[in-house]
Amino acid sequence: MEESSREIHSLKTKVGDWVIVVICVLIAIICLLPMVNLLARSLSGTDYLIKNEVYLWPKGFNIKAYATVLSDPKYIKAFGWTALLTVICTFLSLTMTTLCAFPLIFPALKGRKVINLFITITMFFNAGTIPNYLLMQKLNLLDNPLVLIIPGCLSVYNMIILRSFFYGIPESLRESAEIDGASYLTVLIKIYLPLSKPVLATLALFYAVGRWNGYSDALMYMKNKDFYPLQLLLYNILNNINQVEVTTQEGFSAPGLADSLKAAIVMFSTIPILCIYPFLQKYFIQGVTLGAVKE
Amino acid sequence: MAKENEEMNSSGAGSSVFEKPERAKAAKQPVSVYIKRYWQLYLLLLIPMVYFAVFKYSPMYYVLIAFKKYSIVQTVAQMPWAKNHGFQYFIQAFKNKDFIYALRNTIFLNLLDIILGFPVPIIFALLLNELRFKFFKKSVQTIAYMPHFLSWVIIYGLALQLFAPANGLINILIKNLGGQTVHFLDDANTWVKTYIGLGIWQSFGWNSIIYLAAISGISPELYEAASVDGAGRFQKMWHITLPGIRPTIVVLLILALGNVLGSGFDRPFALQNNLVMKNAEVISTFVYKYGIKGLQFSLTTAVGLFQSVANVIFLLLANWFSRNMGERGIM
Repeated sequence: MEESSREIHSLKTKVGDWVIVVICVLIAIICLLPMVNLLARSLSGTDYLIKNEVYLWPKGFNIKAYATVLSDPKYIKAFGWTALLTVICTFLSLTMTTLCAFPLIFPALKGRKVINLFITITMFFNAGTIPNYLLMQKLNLLDNPLVLIIPGCLSVYNMIILRSFFYGIPESLRESAEIDGASYLTVLIKIYLPLSKPVLATLALFYAVGRWNGYSDALMYMKNKDFYPLQLLLYNILNNINQVEVTTQEGFSAPGLADSLKAAIVMFSTIPILCIYPFLQKYFIQGVTLGAVKE
Repeated sequence: MAKENEEMNSSGAGSSVFEKPERAKAAKQPVSVYIKRYWQLYLLLLIPMVYFAVFKYSPMYYVLIAFKKYSIVQTVAQMPWAKNHGFQYFIQAFKNKDFIYALRNTIFLNLLDIILGFPVPIIFALLLNELRFKFFKKSVQTIAYMPHFLSWVIIYGLALQLFAPANGLINILIKNLGGQTVHFLDDANTWVKTYIGLGIWQSFGWNSIIYLAAISGISPELYEAASVDGAGRFQKMWHITLPGIRPTIVVLLILALGNVLGSGFDRPFALQNNLVMKNAEVISTFVYKYGIKGLQFSLTTAVGLFQSVANVIFLLLANWFSRNMGERGIM
């Protein structure tokens, strides 16, 4: 009797395991489906797109759409400009985040509590869109490429992640260095930063993704099309805004080709991030968890 | 934040702040020695503090515009106060039909996000936790995190292709199954479903990270003891895993409820179009259109101020409520 009930129990567990595996596979498919569909459309022939024959596999395989995108100087310029912007923003943001987080881990630092409060308040209360806009106007940052770099260069959330990580580094390490007469700057550069490489990589990813994907600041503060980041250009292309100005390719008027061109542009704009994030998975999981500890 | 609270409590309870040896040293030393010792740290903090003061605090001065009649040629101090004791623009906002729509849509979409979207990452984390093959589990995670790294413009681009009425994959499938073409992005009512669905699609994987971390913090002994007692998979989930991650769930729910009047800009703006505006306009996009495009600065500053203040109040209420229910708050 007992033997058979145990068998039923383990059979139930096994069936349950497989049901969960199947559900997870379905979830993964749902996550990937739009991307696969997009890739197929970007690589398909125009005729097949018009005839509704493209599903998840390209038909009439060709890379004409990608060739068109790559030969469009406006698009390439926006791509390069956004890449440059992303690199600058990431370095600046990492520096600012470190500058802010490191001093705040010293319990003896006077005024630390006030400073922490000063910073935390900004997480919960924001002046609003228009006051921020008027500030940019006042600082002469409207239409200035710096407006895409400076206002977003320090995220409190990311600072909290780094501070939590710094807290986790044993105090004894820095105390022995201090006894040897090392200055705080030396302690930061020689001890804390080398030990923090994984979390710095995570924050670099967060900042880089934020800049690469962001478009609302440019939409509000930037009228000069030369400084449009990629996502804003993409938004305008997808909505057929200023398409004559944005791209001179004749292709946008033909329905099928327009679809595959748009698909290629979207695909091409996504690739840099898709190539990077899987390699940082271990680290960003740790980063998110660190951020939550302090919340 | 927890750490800061501890500190405040300890100093509030009368225990000396000079307990730690490092602090005792600092206290005995004259100011000049303290400064000599710590000036580098203050120097490091200087630039971030200037950043916060300029970019986060100084715009708060312009909030006054909500109570004044904006004029491009005058400074804020020179602008005359608005009528009705300065509240003219708040009254005007609540008489504006577009704003009422935006307010309604903001609350409605956020509540739908919470009701339909909040449980999804929890369920996903529970499922992942049951997977035994490490490699398979990691692959599913990597794939599920992917949408989080896409911008809303990209997601809009994906949706345009996938949901295209004439030749999108989903509508081809629907037609092959004998159904009618569905206008996922152009029909106001269907748009709401698309908006919520895409939001869940984009965020559920990423949001599951925090629950997975909480689950991994549960003692394995609890599961072993439950197995010995003959508990099945669902009993363990219900009686061990869910209670184990309850504090995490509560904190995230407080934050979500506190943000019920908040509205991000990127997601609604990227997904909306003129055909669906009656359900798609939210406060942030209203402010953009009336303020930055329409130059009604006083009106939109008032709307923004209303939103910020309401947000803080909702957050405090949610926090207070959760504490009264015997849960841990966020503050």
